[in-house]
Amino acid sequence: MIIELGHYALVLAFALSLLQSVVPLWGALTRDERLMAVAPPVSVTMFVLVLLSFVVLTGAYVASDFSVLNVVENSHSAKPLLYKFTGVWGNHEGSMLLWVLILVFFGALVGLFGGNLPRDLKATTLSVQGWISTGFILFLLATSNPFTRLANPPLEGADLNPILQDIGLAIHPPLLYVGYVGFSITFSFAVAALILGRTDAAWARWVRPWTLLAWCFLTLGIAMGSYWAYYELGWGGWWFWDPVENASLMPWLAGTALLHSAIVMEKREALKVWTVLLAIFTFSLSLLGTFLVRSGVLTSVHAFATDPARGAFILALLCFFIGGSLTLYAWRASTLKQGGLFAPISREGGLVLNNLFLTSACAAVFVGTLYPLLLDATTGEKISVGAPFYNLTFGPLMIPLLMAVPYGPVLAWKRGDLLAASQRLYAAFGLALLTVLVTFWLWGMEKVMAPLGVGLAVWVMAGAVSEILTRVKILEIGPRRAVSRLFGLPGSAWGTAVAHFGIGVTVLGVVTASAFQEERIETMRPGDSVELAGYEVTFDGAAPRRGPNYNEEVGHFTIRQGGVTITELEPSKRIYTARQMPTTEASIYTTGFSQLYLSLGESRGDGAVDVRVYFKPLITLIWIGCVIMAVGGGISIADRRLRVGAPKPARRRPADAVAPAE
Amino acid sequence: MTRKQRRLTLIGAAGVVLAAALGLILFALNDQIVFFQSPTDVAQNAIPPGQRIRLGGLVEEGSVIRSDNAQVSFRVTDTANTVPVTYKGILPDLFREGQGVVTEGVIGPDGVFVADNVLAKHDENYIPKEVADTLKKQGYWQGSEESASN
Repeated sequence: MIIELGHYALVLAFALSLLQSVVPLWGALTRDERLMAVAPPVSVTMFVLVLLSFVVLTGAYVASDFSVLNVVENSHSAKPLLYKFTGVWGNHEGSMLLWVLILVFFGALVGLFGGNLPRDLKATTLSVQGWISTGFILFLLATSNPFTRLANPPLEGADLNPILQDIGLAIHPPLLYVGYVGFSITFSFAVAALILGRTDAAWARWVRPWTLLAWCFLTLGIAMGSYWAYYELGWGGWWFWDPVENASLMPWLAGTALLHSAIVMEKREALKVWTVLLAIFTFSLSLLGTFLVRSGVLTSVHAFATDPARGAFILALLCFFIGGSLTLYAWRASTLKQGGLFAPISREGGLVLNNLFLTSACAAVFVGTLYPLLLDATTGEKISVGAPFYNLTFGPLMIPLLMAVPYGPVLAWKRGDLLAASQRLYAAFGLALLTVLVTFWLWGMEKVMAPLGVGLAVWVMAGAVSEILTRVKILEIGPRRAVSRLFGLPGSAWGTAVAHFGIGVTVLGVVTASAFQEERIETMRPGDSVELAGYEVTFDGAAPRRGPNYNEEVGHFTIRQGGVTITELEPSKRIYTARQMPTTEASIYTTGFSQLYLSLGESRGDGAVDVRVYFKPLITLIWIGCVIMAVGGGISIADRRLRVGAPKPARRRPADAVAPAE
Repeated sequence: MTRKQRRLTLIGAAGVVLAAALGLILFALNDQIVFFQSPTDVAQNAIPPGQRIRLGGLVEEGSVIRSDNAQVSFRVTDTANTVPVTYKGILPDLFREGQGVVTEGVIGPDGVFVADNVLAKHDENYIPKEVADTLKKQGYWQGSEESASN
């Protein structure tokens, strides 16, 4: 009965989304206040209904209700409670429900907190969000219903894929979805602005917090996914240029460009064309990503269940939304009036450069991801595009961008002085150069690109710090007074510096972990030792162990440095009983920012085991940098100017009109 | 600078960057993509030794030999032809005799494929689409190629 309630709630939400798609938009176009006022309450109600639906499904999982097909396919009564809960989104139907939940959640947020928005913009935006909701709730109900019941419930479920039974699963998809789906709001804002024919600085000011929010979560989601793959898959890799990874990277690149464009549009009312187009593109890329992952088009470690019917549906949705919005854009582009002018060398110019490189990099990833699919569909020829392609295209495109990053915030608006900007960055440049020389000296000439990469990373980091220091005029007024000025700096200035510092940190991690990594693959018998990066790794023996829903073979290793025992590691190989599926559990020792990574391979009989040992210097910086970036974004969102800046529309109070004569 | 000159400069600079990006992408596409070959393709086309390819098929039953230093050798077949493969490293969990596998590497001058990458999807019932197509071409239909939901 409850399951049916959950199902019905979804159907109700669908009906409401149809209403939402039409009524407020009509109200906005005909300036009917009452029709426009329909939007916020409907958006909140839709959220409550879908939330109810989601809670019902979660309840079914937690109770191991095997009369629900979805629970049977993806759960097991012996599964730990946490994974019963997170297993809700470990499959196609459940994760799609989560997707829709976040979609209507953002709609509700705009409905509740969009008090500053002009009423017609708010109504139209919520209508467009309603179109998207209609499409995806219909998709859920028609092809991916999580509430399908079984007439004869089986005694036990099929268990969740063991690789997904991990805390990373609890965090990665929700974070990612808030990012992906968050960009739906900027899309809705953009389409609404095009429909109403009004794009101005105020619009950009309203769009920016939502973009920042989605971007922060997407950054964290991608980082979490990378870290999860790193420790869960047992190969020590953290980015595989897998089509599904690329499907999340592309909206991130476009979203970063959008973020920066919105800044220009807000300050100088320029770059309208870029901003609106990027808003459309970013969400379109999210939709494309959804299509790629769920349609069965891809062969990948990540891909969900293949089903052509679902693929066709999403493809239709894709064509409608992307095609429709781009057509609308082409038709209404003339309403985007030319804004403030600027010289090529200026902050705006720098941000245009930023956009160019980010979109080119995004295009490179796009081509690399879709070209094999296209080729396979048209000629049947099967190729694979992997890391070598991306290293050749993505890398060289990001390098000039990274070199320009410290310049951006120190150039003036409208007409910048490159020489003056350079003078402020002397210290940063000097530090970077010093790092390059030191790295060369330490590692000799064997690795040429690595020292340059390290230097680039330090340049970006030092540039971010320089920017803050020059803002507080530390050299002019002395350190003590500068510190008090630090607290007076606007939030967005700190946000920028912290986020730019974060990308520098990530680049540093990427370069050192890739270039200076050490690896050993050996067959070890109890008592054998392997020497790596100054550590001595000794295999003591393997023993079997039993978990809640798995059996494992645990290898015991002792790590010594200079004869002193530092730690003991226990990597293992597990077999999950329900699906008879093996997984590898790596064991990681973190020292400073570097990691020693151990994973087991085959048992050879006679006690011998294949072992893979890595030493990855400074690798945690990759993910720490992403967290720093997200923190920077968060600081920017918290900037009161962003939220208060837009003037409230004047409200006529009925009481004032009829003031009683005293 | 006049407004027109400024616009032209910006468009010019944008054009240069885009052209460079496009050039890079096209060059990389030509140079860096890796073709998928079946054992029959390898037998018939005489792939030049040293060219990087992906080799896929079924792991021939009884062909897996493990030696010291994490070396392993096996044979990949599409029931018509077979290619011997060597690999140094840890095999993925789902690697099994009689199951589908895709490996990436280089054919040595002696006809042995030296793999530096062995791929398997995390679903034991799954045969990579490329391998299934190859098998279908041989008339060897091994049941549904639809994977179970993960």
